[in-house]
Amino acid sequence: MGKMYEVANRYNNYRDYTKEFTEVGRSIRRPDGPDKVKGSVRYTDDLTLPRMVYGKLLRSKHAHANIVKIDYSKALELEGVLAVITGEDCPIPYGIVPHNANEHALAVGKVRNWGEPVAAVAATTEEIAEKALELIEVEYEVLEALVDPREAVKRDDVRIHEDSPNNICYEGIQIYGDPEKALAEADYVLEQDYYSSYVNHGFIEPQSALADFNVATGKLHLYATCQVPHYTHQQLAKVLEMPLNKIRITVPLIGGGFGGKGVASQADFCASILSRKIGRPVKITYERSEVFATNNGRHPCYMKMKLGFDKTGKITACDFTNLMDGGAYAGWGIVVLFYTASMVHIPYMIPNVRFDGKRIYTNKPTCGAFRGLGGVQPRFAMEQMLDQAAAHFGMDPYEIRMLNAAESGYTAMSKMYIPHTEYKKCLTECVEKSGYKEKHGKLPFGKGIGLSGGYYISGTSYTLYLSYKPHTVATIKVDEENDVTVYCGATDIGQGVDMVMAQMAAETLGVKTEDVTVIPRDTSVSTFDLGTFASRLTFATGWAIRQAAEKINAELKPVAAGMLGIRGDEVEVQGGEFYNIYKPKQRVPWREVVSSYIQTNGPLSMTGQFTPPRRKGIQQGGNIGHSPTFGFSAQIAEVDVDLETGKINVVKITEAGDCGVAINPQSVEGQVHGSIQMGMGQALYEEMKIAPDGTFLNPSFHDYKLPTALDMPEIDANIVDAYDPSAPYGAKESGEGPIQPTIPAIFNAVYDAIGVRFTEMPLTPEKVLNAIKEQKAKGVF
Amino acid sequence: MKQIITLNINNQNYDVVVTPMDLLVDVIRKTVGLTGTKKGCGQGDCGACTVLIDGKPELSCIKLAVASVGKKITTIEGIANEDGTLHPIQDAFLDHGAVQCGFCTPGMILSAKALVDRNPNPTQKEIKTAISGNTCRCTGYINIIEAIESYANSVAEKEAK
Repeated sequence: MGKMYEVANRYNNYRDYTKEFTEVGRSIRRPDGPDKVKGSVRYTDDLTLPRMVYGKLLRSKHAHANIVKIDYSKALELEGVLAVITGEDCPIPYGIVPHNANEHALAVGKVRNWGEPVAAVAATTEEIAEKALELIEVEYEVLEALVDPREAVKRDDVRIHEDSPNNICYEGIQIYGDPEKALAEADYVLEQDYYSSYVNHGFIEPQSALADFNVATGKLHLYATCQVPHYTHQQLAKVLEMPLNKIRITVPLIGGGFGGKGVASQADFCASILSRKIGRPVKITYERSEVFATNNGRHPCYMKMKLGFDKTGKITACDFTNLMDGGAYAGWGIVVLFYTASMVHIPYMIPNVRFDGKRIYTNKPTCGAFRGLGGVQPRFAMEQMLDQAAAHFGMDPYEIRMLNAAESGYTAMSKMYIPHTEYKKCLTECVEKSGYKEKHGKLPFGKGIGLSGGYYISGTSYTLYLSYKPHTVATIKVDEENDVTVYCGATDIGQGVDMVMAQMAAETLGVKTEDVTVIPRDTSVSTFDLGTFASRLTFATGWAIRQAAEKINAELKPVAAGMLGIRGDEVEVQGGEFYNIYKPKQRVPWREVVSSYIQTNGPLSMTGQFTPPRRKGIQQGGNIGHSPTFGFSAQIAEVDVDLETGKINVVKITEAGDCGVAINPQSVEGQVHGSIQMGMGQALYEEMKIAPDGTFLNPSFHDYKLPTALDMPEIDANIVDAYDPSAPYGAKESGEGPIQPTIPAIFNAVYDAIGVRFTEMPLTPEKVLNAIKEQKAKGVF
Repeated sequence: MKQIITLNINNQNYDVVVTPMDLLVDVIRKTVGLTGTKKGCGQGDCGACTVLIDGKPELSCIKLAVASVGKKITTIEGIANEDGTLHPIQDAFLDHGAVQCGFCTPGMILSAKALVDRNPNPTQKEIKTAISGNTCRCTGYINIIEAIESYANSVAEKEAK
């Protein structure tokens, strides 16, 4: 059925040309919104199951120590304690990147960071579980802790992992073109060291896992706060030595993720192992200090960047050396390392690039995936250097960016290909809206304005393990009872992807978004998807949904045509009606067509899939960073520096972003606002503090400062007019691109305000005040 | 050690068995089963556990259940209208895109409602101050502030009539 219409359909998507979307581009209310404002949605910790008990983890107070002995006999004697497990119960290592999976559900033989769990307890109440933890005796042999990667890389005598000489987790060099020659021949060379800080996502919902192992069937059902149910599914199967089909992961709504829930948590494993051991459901919910001990936050980077320019201000070469502090385990480390490499290739055209990077193990909670991973650090360096170069050439910072900005169709030296960009439009729009040219360099001492650009991937071309299966699958079912049901594996972490998927399905099917139900986040019920990371869902899952919807249309359109008495390729569907595109008054309701189809043909469901294209000629690690398309943004920060206290007040941020077509403009705006808040926090005050012996000094929201409503600047967020022809409905990412420019824009503004270049985050009042004093001593003001 | 106390939550009396150490947030969530009140930090820093006690926002994660006897406790479940339709402040949050992951939302709405109940004409600074104890990591607060302004305006207009 419908073969000729599948072909005709390709030429019949005239909405792609007219761009007269009705469901896409609409700021509809979130379908999960009413339940969220009423407090009736269920997050993982809100769930209870019959006979459920509670699990707690015993965590190490040492950052680096051998475990000599664990005696939990007294804990087992406590009334209400059902089981205790240790590393002996989970000897198989896991890790999201299989190349160097070296994490354990509970420490095996050794702890490598403060707060690493060494034992887990299941008990009938949380209070009993906590008491039981106190009764577990752990004998440690304390080892020297290494907390600075610059030292750790020189200390082969203290190996955090025995198989990693000099504590190098991974290293790589990429050379494109001839950067050495280009730098030697450059008219102007700028070289600078930078440090980016150690920050945590600060999502408000702590990780939680509720495992229900059914002894009678041998099946495990895990409810978990997980952005990547597929990867967690695989790792549970590995650690628990169970077949995949005996494990089901359901992800309830998630209270923020930002990458931090993009790995399996130790709670996922421990709850599952305990549940299997005692045959009862076990729930483990982290305290805030445990969230910090788990971390997975942004990698601190010690960076050296060297940029060469020709006499017109064009960048001729970039030499980027990056020593990354990875913390105790591998996690996403390899991926983040090579993301920092790829991130220097765009949004500016750089013909010669060298990258030399190392990710180093230290005795700190592991670093991992955090919104805009790998991009924020080199962007911090490069965008400040562009301002410095502009000053050298007597150019405006805006002009030097426009001169170097890549255009649609650009292929970077790393073979990263940009099918579409409106980056220049972003720069121009925010410069015009903020009055940048009138203000930059002209404001009184203490007030400043700074520009920065940025970009991010909109999907990832490669899986974390070698596989050629589709990256995402979506199935759409159409029936009389539910109208449209979309099965997909996209994981909503708060960004509203359930809604965005419904909007896209509704657009192609020609129905209202409100008539679409999305069934996501369940490895047994929904379809396959790699997970929520790399800003991939709108593009990848969007294409799969669109393909499935087009297949549905190919079935329904001939039926509608028959009912209308016209040719199948003359039919279009919108607003719940099929109609004759040449005589739009000829209409038949969508529901009648569905009924007619089912009565004559039977049930109707179709599946779509998407896998991004791969590219040829890629160097070691250079596949990381490849994406089917990219999102762009530019931001201008205006700051007011308190000359008495050194406190920086960000007064206003003007943003202009190219996310292609905004599927839901209000949600895009929300992503931009949230990104700016997060970037500002890292720029000004957020930082995890680790003592020389590895003790975590501020694992609480009391001492780890997040921006409050009072700290927020005025934000003018703008979506530039854009349509990416390679993207579904012209839409691409908006979740991670907008954090890229925030930090350097603030730093550039501070330079404009007080004439001092800072190269380390965060910009604490102490650092700023010292700089102001020096300026005063020099007689600058 | 254990005792039966009566808590008035959302105009309904609940007889609950507690120890003197039981925190209000745990009794509300686990014993009574009103899970709309959230626990984000357990130390009174993030505001996700905010409830109204006699109309004033309080942090239920650092408050003992026994200290709330004889008071009127309002949780997020007590904000919507009796028939289940949304309260105007809830509508305002949705209209303005003030909800993303939703985890801070219950506490945020309660803090905001308490502000507008006592001051229907708040300045932007007063709004920001009122919710400065409620941490949101998704929205950057901008749309939340807008939602509260719009709700306050509608209340002020009604009062003017």
